Amino acid sequence: MNWWQRLWRRKKMEEQLEKELRFHLEQHTNELIAQGYSRDEARRQSRLALGGPEQVKENCRDARGTRWLEDLVQDFRYAIRMLRKQPGFAAVALLTLALGSGATTVMFTVVNGVLLKPLPYPEPDRLVAVHGHTDTWNAAVYGEQNVAYPDFLDCQRSSRSLEMAGFVYSGGILGEPGVPEYVERREITPELFSLLGVLLLRGRAFLTEEDRPGGAPVVILSYSLWQRRFAGEPRTVGLSVVLDDKSYTVVGITRPGFQLDGEEGDVFTPLGQDTAAYLRNRRVHPVGVVARLRPGAKLPQASAELELIGRQLTAQYPDSNKGRGFVAVPLRPDVGDVRSTLWLLLGAVGLVLLIACVNVASLLLARAVSRDRELAMRVALGASRGRLVRQCLTESAVLGLSGGVLGVLVSAVGFRPFVQLWPGTLPRAEEVQLDWRVLLFALTASLVSGLLFGLAPALRAPVREVEQALRAGGRTLAGSSRRLHSGFVVSEIALAVVLLVAAGLLGRTLLRLSSLNPGVNTRNVLVTRMALSPAALAHPAGIRAAWQDVLDRARRVPGVESIAAVDTFPMRQGENQLGYWNTPAVPPENQQPLALATSATPDYLRVMGIPLLKGRFFDDHDRRGSDAVIVIDEVLAQQAFGTRECVGKRLWIPEMSGPNWSEGNDSLLVVGVVGHVRHWGLARDDQAPVRAQFYYPFAQVPDGALRRWSELMSIAVRTSIPPLNVVDSLRRELRGATGGASGDQALYQVRTLEQLASDSLARQRFLLLLFGIFAGLALLLACIGIYGVLAYLTGQRVPEIGVRMALGANARDVIRLVLRQSLGMIFGGVAVGILAALAAGRLLMHAVDGMQSTEPSTLIITVPVLVLAATLASYGPARRASRIDPIRALRQD
Amino acid sequence: MAEKSDLPQGTLDLLILKIVALGPVHGYAIAQRLEQVSRGVVQVPQGSLYPALHRLENRGLLAADWEETESGREAKFYRLTRKGRTQLETEAASWQRLIEAVGLVLKLSEGGVE
Repeated sequence: MNWWQRLWRRKKMEEQLEKELRFHLEQHTNELIAQGYSRDEARRQSRLALGGPEQVKENCRDARGTRWLEDLVQDFRYAIRMLRKQPGFAAVALLTLALGSGATTVMFTVVNGVLLKPLPYPEPDRLVAVHGHTDTWNAAVYGEQNVAYPDFLDCQRSSRSLEMAGFVYSGGILGEPGVPEYVERREITPELFSLLGVLLLRGRAFLTEEDRPGGAPVVILSYSLWQRRFAGEPRTVGLSVVLDDKSYTVVGITRPGFQLDGEEGDVFTPLGQDTAAYLRNRRVHPVGVVARLRPGAKLPQASAELELIGRQLTAQYPDSNKGRGFVAVPLRPDVGDVRSTLWLLLGAVGLVLLIACVNVASLLLARAVSRDRELAMRVALGASRGRLVRQCLTESAVLGLSGGVLGVLVSAVGFRPFVQLWPGTLPRAEEVQLDWRVLLFALTASLVSGLLFGLAPALRAPVREVEQALRAGGRTLAGSSRRLHSGFVVSEIALAVVLLVAAGLLGRTLLRLSSLNPGVNTRNVLVTRMALSPAALAHPAGIRAAWQDVLDRARRVPGVESIAAVDTFPMRQGENQLGYWNTPAVPPENQQPLALATSATPDYLRVMGIPLLKGRFFDDHDRRGSDAVIVIDEVLAQQAFGTRECVGKRLWIPEMSGPNWSEGNDSLLVVGVVGHVRHWGLARDDQAPVRAQFYYPFAQVPDGALRRWSELMSIAVRTSIPPLNVVDSLRRELRGATGGASGDQALYQVRTLEQLASDSLARQRFLLLLFGIFAGLALLLACIGIYGVLAYLTGQRVPEIGVRMALGANARDVIRLVLRQSLGMIFGGVAVGILAALAAGRLLMHAVDGMQSTEPSTLIITVPVLVLAATLASYGPARRASRIDPIRALRQD
Repeated sequence: MAEKSDLPQGTLDLLILKIVALGPVHGYAIAQRLEQVSRGVVQVPQGSLYPALHRLENRGLLAADWEETESGREAKFYRLTRKGRTQLETEAASWQRLIEAVGLVLKLSEGGVE
């Protein structure tokens, strides 16, 4: 018989045990009778010989080995019966736990999906990323370095341990069929899909013969582009589409949810077909490389091999590859800066769960105290202490598990709204799902919390002083239990203080940040990226003509006051960091201070409302052929020149000082100083490593760089009407603003500057919202907790209060008596809480941009809220105590 | 009745296994036979017999079936499983070795160093 058979046949086994022992007794009795004993005496003798039948049975049950399980089932049933008998208690406890465990499970679901799950490709642990590496490269500022296309081809050819694929980010305009639209383009090598182990939804991947100049023009569409532009039409494969004025045949569609480097992209084309010069240059490093370890290969082996290849390339091409190597690192999802935020939220939500646990613990304890008699009775009947502890723990585990189940239900409906609420897009949002990890987490969390809140009541299960407990009738209250109760209240209040202060800190931070001057006038400014038609991009004169055409035509659009073209924007992704120096003796690259470079057209200051502090901004006279000029902001002025006059001085900027850039000059002339703009957003700018800024005329960008620059340019428009109202006419007007060339061009990523400024605080706002909710929950739970504990404690003191009243205390005295007790606990909690909140404040400072250390004013605002709420919660029990009828109270004992 | 001695730890299982090895037998008969065979020297407290039987059954050394006795009553008959037989052989052998060893030691202490 298996253990579970034994368990399920428990009833039958009990009957058989009974029958077996009865048989024994009867046999023995008969034998004794045969020996001449009287029937009664024989029965007595045989019973004596066997011992107490119940004891023998109990020993037999123990011998079965499934005893603990049987007990568990029994305790489980008993626990459920007890809960059903006290629906009020059960409802409060379960609701509390469902809130705590639900919130925690939601947060864990998100943490799991975003941070813990491996990449959604087969055998993700064998995937690696290959980065370029030089000693002068500052990866902390610029991110990991990509690889030059010729270098990539050499590595791919030489590597025995890695199978490699490359991709290059670019964009393009998808013309026919339909309205021209800017699309995210990924130029990929043909191995990419097979290497990742990803199948296409329809069609096929690229062939090797398509991956070379002059190969058949083929394109793979992403699932969402296919849905958006072709309505998921199955016959799209085989159609031809126009991409950057060139016709391509669609050969495949990706599966829904396919992502490369965390982004879906719109179209994929073969990298080998691109004849662009920068792809032939070993000094330019555009190729992102993913690789898979070949069977049997290990990462150290691959790294050693790449190092060797790097050295060979350095020897072969010393001009371009001096000091350049390659490193392989395990491929990890890029989740940006959400990591700390998510862990912070999980921590905060953990505090809420902890408060919920403490709450339930105090409820359980109150119940346990009133159950003293029952437990004492069990001890008297022979239950061991261990057995009682087990029973109590089973009860709390049942509560904890039910809370966990409710928590999973809450989480199942709650995590989607949470992900949608996330400001901007949560990286890997599509990975956020309930899975076995979440279930395991919920199970563990609920069992641990069950143990946590069940331990205190369980450990006070009585063994000694059974007699007293039985006699006292469960009315007197041992001092230890009162201390424990106060301990619960104190810790609840302390936890609530931490959350409240954290929310207060976030609120203050948000207020402070919102009132900061962004450095630009954000009202009525539209910013949008602009993709010129490929025909216009063909030669430098065409590009300049097209941009002039764009500016001229946009100015004619009704509602447009002024317009400028610019390459980077404050508070939007994308920046250009360049090293500078204020003398001709420029130090090596990694020792130069950095500044943010922005190229713009002359109206930029007027559009953005940036104040001109000294000198002048550029005008139409600053063009190719005239002296190369820059305008610096006050931060750069301070950093480069201190208090000295800077207009008319020169700056050496190696990246812009070549013969191509500044017309033979090795430096740039500073012609003006403007106000600082919070480029990194309202929150992050103060702590940003690079804050200095300078502007240079777009008209002075050399011919060779114009095409690349044009791909990055945006336009900014100051309007006299709400900016979004000009979008349609602007779009229509600029579609043909090609400076006479043919082809499609498009606006994309249309935003207002106000949106950008507001989005730069979205993370803080979101955290404030959540911490506000958590703090509110914590406050509510703490109030329920203090109410419950006080109601219970005063209930226990009814006889005492009766005596006091009989001796002349009036209602006010009684209220004061109870409130004094509760205020002691509240202030104890506040004291502990403030200490903990100071620690939590430091943590927040590291995790949230723009956060400042805990100011006393935050405490002064938040702590009284809690004290007031807790006092109000204790007023109810106090008032009830004051209405006790002394006669009845005294008679009770 | 002769002087009774307490059973050394663990020997009850061995005795039960040996008795059951002689053929299927019910609990009461085991108690009887233990007393008879040991000529009253070994007396098993009947209260500890049944937990021992259940423990052995639980460990798979004994199996049990409900059968009719000669008097036509239903009783639980225990018999030895194959695992039980192996266990009996090893335990009997080790018991034998122990007795011999103890005997040797005792002889030594009586006769002095030879």
